[in-house]
Amino acid sequence: MEDFFDLDLMLRALELDFVQTGLLTAAILGVVAGVVGPLIVMRRMAFAVHGTAELTFTGAAAALLVGVSVEFGALAGAVIAALLLALLGGRSSEQDSVIGAVLAFGLGIGVFLLWLYPGRAGNKFGLLVGQVIAVDEANLMVFAVSGVLVIGVLALVYRPLLFAIVDPVVAASRGVPVRLLMPVFAVLVGIATALGVRTVGVLLVIALLVTPAAAACRVTSSPVVATVLSVIFAEVAVLGGIVLSLAPGAPISPFVTTIAFLIYLVCRVIERRRRVATRSGGQLKPTAAATATRQ
Amino acid sequence: MTEPVIRIRDASLSFGPRTLWSGMNLDVERGEFLAVLGPNGSGKSTLLSVLLGQQRLSSGTVHVAARGQEIRAVPGGPAPRGVGYIPQQGVVEFPHALRGTDLVGLGLDGHRWGIGLRGAAERRRRVAEAIDAVSAGAFANRPLSLLSGGEQQRLRVAQALVGEPDVLLCDEPLLSLDIANQRAVSELIERRRREAGTAVLFVTHEINPVLSYVDKVLYLVDGRFSIGSPDEVMTSATLSALYRTTVDVVRIGGQIHVTGPHSAVCEDDPHHSHPQA
Repeated sequence: MEDFFDLDLMLRALELDFVQTGLLTAAILGVVAGVVGPLIVMRRMAFAVHGTAELTFTGAAAALLVGVSVEFGALAGAVIAALLLALLGGRSSEQDSVIGAVLAFGLGIGVFLLWLYPGRAGNKFGLLVGQVIAVDEANLMVFAVSGVLVIGVLALVYRPLLFAIVDPVVAASRGVPVRLLMPVFAVLVGIATALGVRTVGVLLVIALLVTPAAAACRVTSSPVVATVLSVIFAEVAVLGGIVLSLAPGAPISPFVTTIAFLIYLVCRVIERRRRVATRSGGQLKPTAAATATRQ
Repeated sequence: MTEPVIRIRDASLSFGPRTLWSGMNLDVERGEFLAVLGPNGSGKSTLLSVLLGQQRLSSGTVHVAARGQEIRAVPGGPAPRGVGYIPQQGVVEFPHALRGTDLVGLGLDGHRWGIGLRGAAERRRRVAEAIDAVSAGAFANRPLSLLSGGEQQRLRVAQALVGEPDVLLCDEPLLSLDIANQRAVSELIERRRREAGTAVLFVTHEINPVLSYVDKVLYLVDGRFSIGSPDEVMTSATLSALYRTTVDVVRIGGQIHVTGPHSAVCEDDPHHSHPQA
């Protein structure tokens, strides 16, 4: 247990090329996840992100079968899944069930494709828990290009997208192409999800795409500040998680998710203390406000 | 005589075999306050969708003149400029990380592409001005999700007015507000009409809160409609003809009360679903 946090071992590992490549990849992911996260939280699509992440498995299995790279298959799977969920889940009240239906079918297909694959698939599936350290130079380029693409498109559509997400009725009245923007956003989320899958794996991608943003939204009500905080939280979680995993040589996922969750807990505590302080100041009447908005 | 800001000619709208209304001619002048009344499903909100270019007429034409420029509202095309829109309270559930200032800011330039770093100072000034105008300064920086319905609707008014519209479309903006807030919000809208000459098209199921401001009433019932001053339309004779049954219109203390066997005449429920994005 003492070499769990062996500083010397950790520092030596940090000098390795592949570790540095991994950290760089993770840093790109942190920015992408941090920026996309608040929009995901505001649109209440955590479950959609989870569904999209799981369907990267189907894409990867298909890629394995037809003989293209698993990474490409995962990316394609994520983008197709995200688009499908966006197009089928029109009404927010139906979104839950649409995701459930698509998710189950997609996973079934994935299992079938994997069964069709003649070779041994086990070692190709770092996808489920992630293996950022396995990212090579070529993949780093793909990461960088995807990251720049997501951030670039987001910068272009940010204002109308935010409008369409938080206030769709008035946004439509102002000529914002709400129906067009949602699939665009879905594709961006799909790409971000595929990047996340590569790092922390299918099962834990929410720890980077949702948890940091959810934490940020607890402590600020400004969308801009929430985005900045969310990037910082995501970076701390993913970089911190990788560094801590080096000495024990453990998978990074538990470290990343634990850091992200601790940040989330701290933010909840801060929010609660603030609210208590405001209440005792007699400014806010939360019960009255809550009743009024429920009507 | 200046051009009307809204001009509807020979307009009809049907969905399949069902005709919402047909042969409608309507002019709304600058500075005019038009109340649109009628039971559920009579096409009140659909009329707003037509004016916003979201719904195509089955036949006829609609022009929304803003900034001296006539725009034909075409579905899928750009929304007519110079048009403000106030939805009913609670039509969207606001996320936690969104304040009144953000909502009003989106009303100003949320339809533009990009992040909007340029002109940030000017933007802040105009948003602050719009918030001051509805006396929402005290709560505009709190999360919208924690505000009362009345506070949210004040900010909705600021959001619609910050773009300096020539036409203000209101879709049941007073619904689910208490009497004091109904008065406050409708006074804000009326003040804008008086001071800036903004035409107001006010969809409501309850005319009394705005009765003293109303110049003209459009009353829609089952494909039939009547247009005129409140004194012309809100009469037992006119409404009985529209509802095709006996309806009594009673005026008590400056208020108009409509009573009749038709269950849809007196309604108090929030209604008409909005197109979900």
